Amino acid sequence: MAKVLVVTSGKGGVGKTTTTASIGAALAQAGQKVVVVDFDVGLRNLDLVMGAERRVVFDLINVVQGIAKLPQALIRDKRLENLWLLPASQTKDKDALTEEGVGRIIGELRENCDWVLCDSPAGIERGAMLAMRHADEAVIVTNPEVSSVRDSDRIIGMLDSKTVRAEKGERVEKHILITRYDPARAARGEMLTIDDILEILATPLLGIIPESQDVLRASNVGCPVTLNSPSSAPARAYLDATRRLLGETLPMIVPAGRKGLMDLLRGRRAA
Amino acid sequence: MSMLRFFNRTPAPEPAPTAPIARERLQILLAHERGARGQPDLLMQLREEILQVVSRHVTLDPDKVIVRMERGKMVSTLEVDIEVPSGIEGKFAAAS
Repeated sequence: MAKVLVVTSGKGGVGKTTTTASIGAALAQAGQKVVVVDFDVGLRNLDLVMGAERRVVFDLINVVQGIAKLPQALIRDKRLENLWLLPASQTKDKDALTEEGVGRIIGELRENCDWVLCDSPAGIERGAMLAMRHADEAVIVTNPEVSSVRDSDRIIGMLDSKTVRAEKGERVEKHILITRYDPARAARGEMLTIDDILEILATPLLGIIPESQDVLRASNVGCPVTLNSPSSAPARAYLDATRRLLGETLPMIVPAGRKGLMDLLRGRRAA
Repeated sequence: MSMLRFFNRTPAPEPAPTAPIARERLQILLAHERGARGQPDLLMQLREEILQVVSRHVTLDPDKVIVRMERGKMVSTLEVDIEVPSGIEGKFAAAS
Protein backbone atom coordinates (compact mmCIF):
# COMPACT_ATOMS: atom_id res chain seq x y z
CA MET A 1 0.00 0.00 0.00
CA ALA A 2 1.40 3.33 -1.04
CA LYS A 3 2.10 6.32 1.12
CA VAL A 4 0.59 9.61 -0.01
CA LEU A 5 2.86 12.57 0.70
CA VAL A 6 1.88 16.18 0.07
CA VAL A 7 4.55 18.80 -0.58
CA THR A 8 3.04 22.05 0.62
CA SER A 9 3.91 25.48 2.07
CA GLY A 10 1.15 28.07 1.81
CA LYS A 11 3.59 30.61 0.43
CA GLY A 12 4.59 30.54 -3.22
CA GLY A 13 8.12 30.39 -4.58
CA VAL A 14 9.67 28.56 -1.64
CA GLY A 15 10.60 25.43 -3.61
CA LYS A 16 7.63 23.02 -3.55
CA THR A 17 7.99 21.91 -7.16
CA THR A 18 11.78 21.57 -6.93
CA THR A 19 11.31 19.54 -3.76
CA THR A 20 8.64 17.29 -5.29
CA ALA A 21 10.87 16.57 -8.28
CA SER A 22 13.99 16.02 -6.16
CA ILE A 23 12.42 13.80 -3.50
CA GLY A 24 10.36 11.98 -6.15
CA ALA A 25 13.50 11.20 -8.13
CA ALA A 26 15.47 10.31 -4.98
CA LEU A 27 12.77 7.84 -3.88
CA ALA A 28 12.83 6.26 -7.36
CA GLN A 29 16.65 6.17 -7.22
CA ALA A 30 16.23 4.19 -3.98
CA GLY A 31 14.16 1.63 -5.88
CA GLN A 32 10.69 2.84 -4.87
CA LYS A 33 7.83 2.99 -7.35
CA VAL A 34 6.82 6.66 -7.40
CA VAL A 35 4.14 8.84 -9.00
CA VAL A 36 4.44 12.63 -8.70
CA VAL A 37 1.16 14.48 -9.18
CA ASP A 38 0.97 18.18 -10.08
CA PHE A 39 -2.05 19.82 -8.41
CA ASP A 40 -1.28 23.32 -9.64
CA VAL A 41 -4.07 23.55 -12.20
CA GLY A 42 -3.50 26.48 -14.57
CA LEU A 43 0.12 27.01 -13.49
CA ARG A 44 1.64 23.61 -13.96
CA ASN A 45 5.41 23.45 -13.73
CA LEU A 46 6.35 20.02 -12.42
CA ASP A 47 6.44 18.77 -16.05
CA LEU A 48 8.97 21.50 -16.90
CA VAL A 49 11.19 20.94 -13.85
CA MET A 50 11.21 17.20 -14.63
CA GLY A 51 11.90 17.71 -18.34
CA ALA A 52 8.66 16.10 -19.52
CA GLU A 53 6.91 19.25 -20.85
CA ARG A 54 6.90 18.03 -24.44
CA ARG A 55 5.38 14.68 -23.61
CA VAL A 56 2.16 15.85 -21.93
CA VAL A 57 -0.91 14.47 -23.71
CA PHE A 58 -3.52 14.01 -21.00
CA ASP A 59 -3.67 15.57 -17.55
CA LEU A 60 -5.17 15.22 -14.08
CA ILE A 61 -8.46 16.87 -15.08
CA ASN A 62 -8.85 14.66 -18.14
CA VAL A 63 -8.63 11.68 -15.80
CA VAL A 64 -11.04 13.24 -13.27
CA GLN A 65 -13.55 13.85 -16.08
CA GLY A 66 -13.11 10.36 -17.49
CA ILE A 67 -11.75 11.58 -20.85
CA ALA A 68 -8.56 9.59 -20.30
CA LYS A 69 -7.74 6.55 -18.22
CA LEU A 70 -5.09 6.99 -15.52
CA PRO A 71 -2.41 4.85 -17.28
CA GLN A 72 -2.84 6.97 -20.44
CA ALA A 73 -2.12 10.19 -18.55
CA LEU A 74 0.92 8.95 -16.62
CA ILE A 75 4.24 9.98 -18.18
CA ARG A 76 7.11 7.66 -17.45
CA ASP A 77 10.43 9.34 -16.67
CA LYS A 78 13.11 8.77 -19.32
CA ARG A 79 15.92 8.37 -16.76
CA LEU A 80 14.22 6.41 -14.00
CA GLU A 81 11.91 3.63 -15.08
CA ASN A 82 10.01 3.51 -11.77
CA LEU A 83 9.11 7.21 -11.74
CA TRP A 84 5.93 8.62 -13.31
CA LEU A 85 4.41 12.08 -13.60
CA LEU A 86 0.72 12.99 -13.65
CA PRO A 87 0.67 16.55 -14.99
CA ALA A 88 -1.82 19.28 -14.08
CA SER A 89 -4.00 20.88 -16.71
CA GLN A 90 -2.77 24.18 -18.11
CA THR A 91 -6.04 25.34 -19.65
CA LYS A 92 -9.01 23.80 -17.88
CA ASP A 93 -11.07 25.51 -15.23
CA LYS A 94 -9.73 24.49 -11.85
CA ASP A 95 -13.25 23.90 -10.56
CA ALA A 96 -13.15 20.77 -12.73
CA LEU A 97 -11.02 19.24 -9.99
CA THR A 98 -13.60 17.57 -7.74
CA GLU A 99 -13.00 16.06 -4.34
CA GLU A 100 -14.62 12.81 -5.43
CA GLY A 101 -12.50 12.64 -8.61
CA VAL A 102 -9.26 13.32 -6.75
CA GLY A 103 -10.16 10.68 -4.17
CA ARG A 104 -10.72 8.12 -6.91
CA ILE A 105 -7.38 8.84 -8.62
CA ILE A 106 -5.39 8.78 -5.36
CA GLY A 107 -7.10 5.50 -4.48
CA GLU A 108 -6.13 3.99 -7.82
CA LEU A 109 -2.53 5.24 -7.53
CA ARG A 110 -2.22 3.85 -3.99
CA GLU A 111 -2.81 0.36 -5.29
CA ASN A 112 -0.15 0.55 -7.97
CA CYS A 113 2.91 2.20 -6.43
CA ASP A 114 4.88 2.80 -3.24
CA TRP A 115 4.73 6.61 -3.06
CA VAL A 116 2.30 9.22 -4.37
CA LEU A 117 3.78 12.74 -4.11
CA CYS A 118 1.28 15.58 -4.42
CA ASP A 119 2.80 18.92 -5.46
CA SER A 120 0.47 21.50 -3.91
CA PRO A 121 -0.27 24.90 -5.44
CA ALA A 122 0.52 27.95 -3.29
CA GLY A 123 -2.24 29.43 -1.17
CA ILE A 124 -4.87 27.83 1.02
CA GLU A 125 -7.68 27.59 -1.51
CA ARG A 126 -9.34 24.61 -3.11
CA GLY A 127 -6.29 23.34 -5.03
CA ALA A 128 -4.10 23.29 -1.93
CA MET A 129 -6.90 21.65 0.08
CA LEU A 130 -7.35 18.91 -2.50
CA ALA A 131 -3.59 18.29 -2.70
CA MET A 132 -3.40 17.64 1.07
CA ARG A 133 -6.82 15.99 1.43
CA HIS A 134 -5.66 12.34 1.23
CA ALA A 135 -2.14 12.76 2.61
CA ASP A 136 -0.59 10.32 5.07
CA GLU A 137 2.51 12.48 5.40
CA ALA A 138 3.37 16.09 4.62
CA VAL A 139 6.57 17.92 3.77
CA ILE A 140 6.15 21.59 4.65
CA VAL A 141 8.66 23.57 2.63
CA THR A 142 9.79 26.63 4.58
CA ASN A 143 12.26 29.42 3.86
CA PRO A 144 14.06 31.06 6.81
CA GLU A 145 11.96 34.19 6.47
CA VAL A 146 8.98 35.55 8.47
CA SER A 147 6.24 35.32 5.82
CA SER A 148 7.13 31.76 4.90
CA VAL A 149 7.17 30.63 8.56
CA ARG A 150 3.79 32.25 9.21
CA ASP A 151 2.25 30.52 6.17
CA SER A 152 3.77 27.19 7.19
CA ASP A 153 2.09 27.55 10.57
CA ARG A 154 -1.23 28.12 8.84
CA ILE A 155 -0.74 25.06 6.63
CA ILE A 156 0.15 22.92 9.67
CA GLY A 157 -3.18 23.96 11.18
CA MET A 158 -4.97 22.85 8.02
CA LEU A 159 -3.14 19.51 7.90
CA ASP A 160 -4.36 18.91 11.46
CA SER A 161 -8.00 19.71 10.68
CA LYS A 162 -8.95 19.48 7.00
CA THR A 163 -7.43 16.20 5.87
CA VAL A 164 -9.20 12.83 5.68
CA ARG A 165 -6.84 11.54 8.34
CA ALA A 166 -7.58 14.45 10.69
CA GLU A 167 -11.32 13.92 10.25
CA LYS A 168 -10.90 10.26 11.24
CA GLY A 169 -8.99 11.32 14.35
CA GLU A 170 -5.66 10.16 12.91
CA ARG A 171 -2.46 12.13 12.41
CA VAL A 172 -0.79 13.31 9.24
CA GLU A 173 2.93 12.85 9.81
CA LYS A 174 4.45 16.28 9.25
CA HIS A 175 8.02 17.24 8.40
CA ILE A 176 9.65 20.65 7.95
CA LEU A 177 12.05 21.01 5.04
CA ILE A 178 14.03 24.24 5.18
CA THR A 179 15.05 25.37 1.71
CA ARG A 180 17.12 28.28 0.35
CA TYR A 181 19.18 28.29 3.54
CA ASP A 182 22.07 30.73 3.29
CA PRO A 183 24.75 29.92 5.90
CA ALA A 184 26.61 33.21 5.48
CA ARG A 185 23.49 35.26 6.16
CA ALA A 186 22.55 33.00 9.07
CA ALA A 187 25.99 33.56 10.61
CA ARG A 188 25.50 37.32 10.40
CA GLY A 189 22.19 37.04 12.25
CA GLU A 190 20.23 38.24 9.21
CA MET A 191 18.18 35.10 8.84
CA LEU A 192 15.97 33.13 11.22
CA THR A 193 17.99 30.21 12.56
CA ILE A 194 17.03 26.56 12.17
CA ASP A 195 16.33 26.37 15.92
CA ASP A 196 14.07 29.45 15.77
CA ILE A 197 12.00 27.93 12.96
CA LEU A 198 11.67 24.51 14.59
CA GLU A 199 10.77 26.04 17.94
CA ILE A 200 8.10 28.27 16.42
CA LEU A 201 6.57 25.56 14.22
CA ALA A 202 7.03 22.72 16.75
CA THR A 203 7.42 20.19 13.96
CA PRO A 204 10.35 17.82 13.30
CA LEU A 205 12.97 18.67 10.70
CA LEU A 206 13.41 16.53 7.58
CA GLY A 207 16.35 18.38 6.07
CA ILE A 208 18.06 21.67 5.27
CA ILE A 209 18.61 22.48 1.61
CA PRO A 210 21.23 25.18 1.05
CA GLU A 211 20.66 27.99 -1.43
CA SER A 212 22.61 26.86 -4.48
CA GLN A 213 23.13 27.48 -8.16
CA ASP A 214 22.91 23.71 -8.70
CA VAL A 215 19.16 23.89 -8.08
CA LEU A 216 18.71 26.54 -10.78
CA ARG A 217 20.95 24.67 -13.20
CA ALA A 218 18.95 21.48 -12.68
CA SER A 219 15.65 23.21 -13.40
CA ASN A 220 17.16 24.91 -16.46
CA VAL A 221 17.86 21.53 -18.02
CA GLY A 222 14.71 19.85 -16.71
CA CYS A 223 16.39 17.27 -14.51
CA PRO A 224 15.86 16.82 -10.75
CA VAL A 225 19.00 17.99 -8.90
CA THR A 226 19.47 14.56 -7.29
CA LEU A 227 20.01 13.16 -10.81
CA ASN A 228 21.64 16.16 -12.46
CA SER A 229 24.42 16.73 -9.92
CA PRO A 230 24.08 14.04 -7.24
CA SER A 231 27.23 15.07 -5.37
CA SER A 232 26.23 18.74 -5.02
CA ALA A 233 25.28 20.05 -1.57
CA PRO A 234 21.54 20.47 -2.33
CA ALA A 235 21.34 17.02 -3.95
CA ARG A 236 23.03 15.40 -0.94
CA ALA A 237 20.62 17.22 1.37
CA TYR A 238 17.64 15.99 -0.68
CA LEU A 239 19.01 12.42 -0.77
CA ASP A 240 19.45 12.45 3.03
CA ALA A 241 15.94 13.88 3.52
CA THR A 242 14.58 11.06 1.35
CA ARG A 243 16.40 8.42 3.37
CA ARG A 244 14.83 9.91 6.49
CA LEU A 245 11.40 9.58 4.85
CA LEU A 246 12.25 5.91 4.29
CA GLY A 247 12.87 5.51 7.99
CA GLU A 248 16.62 5.92 8.35
CA THR A 249 18.15 7.99 11.13
CA LEU A 250 20.93 10.22 9.83
CA PRO A 251 22.86 13.09 11.40
CA MET A 252 21.53 16.46 10.28
CA ILE A 253 24.07 18.45 8.32
CA VAL A 254 23.71 22.20 8.73
CA PRO A 255 25.20 23.79 5.61
CA ALA A 256 28.35 25.77 6.41
CA GLY A 257 29.36 28.77 4.35
CA ARG A 258 32.74 29.27 2.78
CA LYS A 259 34.66 32.11 4.32
CA GLY A 260 35.08 34.97 1.93
CA LEU A 261 38.42 36.83 1.72
CA MET A 262 37.01 39.85 3.53
CA ASP A 263 35.58 37.64 6.28
CA LEU A 264 39.05 36.17 6.82
CA LEU A 265 40.66 39.60 6.88
CA ARG A 266 38.14 40.88 9.34
CA GLY A 267 38.45 37.77 11.46
CA ARG A 268 34.79 36.95 11.26
CA ARG A 269 33.63 33.62 12.43
CA ALA A 270 32.14 31.45 9.72
CA ALA A 271 28.81 29.63 10.10
CA MET B 1 51.70 52.76 2.48
CA SER B 2 48.27 52.69 0.95
CA MET B 3 48.36 48.88 1.01
CA LEU B 4 49.14 48.96 4.72
CA ARG B 5 46.36 51.41 5.32
CA PHE B 6 43.99 49.07 3.49
CA PHE B 7 44.81 46.16 5.76
CA ASN B 8 44.94 48.15 8.99
CA ARG B 9 41.65 49.87 8.33
CA THR B 10 39.16 49.41 11.15
CA PRO B 11 36.28 47.35 9.83
CA ALA B 12 32.98 49.12 9.23
CA PRO B 13 30.54 48.42 12.07
CA GLU B 14 28.34 45.46 11.23
CA PRO B 15 24.59 46.07 11.17
CA ALA B 16 22.77 44.70 14.20
CA PRO B 17 21.33 41.23 13.59
CA THR B 18 17.63 41.35 12.72
CA ALA B 19 16.85 37.65 13.10
CA PRO B 20 15.97 37.93 16.84
CA ILE B 21 13.41 40.63 15.97
CA ALA B 22 11.89 38.36 13.32
CA ARG B 23 11.68 35.57 15.82
CA GLU B 24 9.94 37.67 18.47
CA ARG B 25 7.43 39.17 16.01
CA LEU B 26 6.53 35.71 14.72
CA GLN B 27 6.05 34.29 18.19
CA ILE B 28 3.61 37.05 19.18
CA LEU B 29 1.71 36.90 15.88
CA LEU B 30 1.37 33.13 15.75
CA ALA B 31 0.27 32.87 19.37
CA HIS B 32 -2.62 35.13 18.41
CA GLU B 33 -3.39 33.47 15.07
CA ARG B 34 -3.45 29.98 16.53
CA GLY B 35 -5.99 31.11 19.12
CA ALA B 36 -8.21 32.72 16.51
CA ARG B 37 -8.17 29.73 14.17
CA GLY B 38 -11.59 28.29 13.47
CA GLN B 39 -13.33 31.24 15.20
CA PRO B 40 -15.63 33.42 13.12
CA ASP B 41 -14.04 36.69 12.08
CA LEU B 42 -14.65 38.80 15.19
CA LEU B 43 -14.01 42.13 13.47
CA MET B 44 -16.53 41.43 10.67
CA GLN B 45 -19.10 40.31 13.21
CA LEU B 46 -18.64 43.43 15.35
CA ARG B 47 -18.86 45.62 12.30
CA GLU B 48 -22.14 43.97 11.20
CA GLU B 49 -23.76 44.18 14.62
CA ILE B 50 -22.72 47.77 15.32
CA LEU B 51 -24.04 48.67 11.90
CA GLN B 52 -27.40 47.05 12.68
CA VAL B 53 -27.82 48.90 15.98
CA VAL B 54 -26.92 52.31 14.59
CA SER B 55 -29.06 51.76 11.49
CA ARG B 56 -32.13 51.44 13.67
CA HIS B 57 -31.81 55.12 14.51
CA VAL B 58 -30.04 56.77 11.59
CA THR B 59 -29.64 56.01 7.94
CA LEU B 60 -25.99 55.46 7.21
CA ASP B 61 -23.71 54.28 4.48
CA PRO B 62 -22.25 50.82 5.30
CA ASP B 63 -19.01 51.82 3.58
CA LYS B 64 -18.55 54.67 6.04
CA VAL B 65 -18.24 52.36 9.05
CA ILE B 66 -14.64 51.55 9.82
CA VAL B 67 -13.57 49.12 12.52
CA ARG B 68 -9.89 49.04 13.44
CA MET B 69 -7.99 46.88 15.82
CA GLU B 70 -4.63 47.54 17.40
CA ARG B 71 -3.13 44.56 19.17
CA GLY B 72 -0.63 45.24 21.88
CA LYS B 73 1.21 43.00 24.28
CA MET B 74 -0.82 44.14 27.30
CA VAL B 75 -3.96 45.83 25.93
CA SER B 76 -5.71 45.86 22.61
CA THR B 77 -7.94 48.66 21.39
CA LEU B 78 -10.97 48.52 19.16
CA GLU B 79 -11.75 51.68 17.25
CA VAL B 80 -15.11 52.19 15.57
CA ASP B 81 -15.45 55.11 13.21
CA ILE B 82 -18.96 55.83 11.91
CA GLU B 83 -19.63 58.68 9.57
CA VAL B 84 -23.21 59.93 10.00
CA PRO B 85 -25.00 62.17 7.54
CA SER B 86 -25.03 65.89 8.41
CA GLY B 87 -28.14 67.31 10.05
CA ILE B 88 -28.21 64.48 12.55
CA GLU B 89 -27.04 66.60 15.50
CA GLY B 90 -30.56 67.92 16.15
CA LYS B 91 -31.81 64.39 16.59
CA PHE B 92 -29.20 63.65 19.21
CA ALA B 93 -30.18 66.79 21.13
CA ALA B 94 -33.88 65.86 20.99
CA ALA B 95 -33.19 62.39 22.31
CA SER B 96 -31.28 63.55 25.36
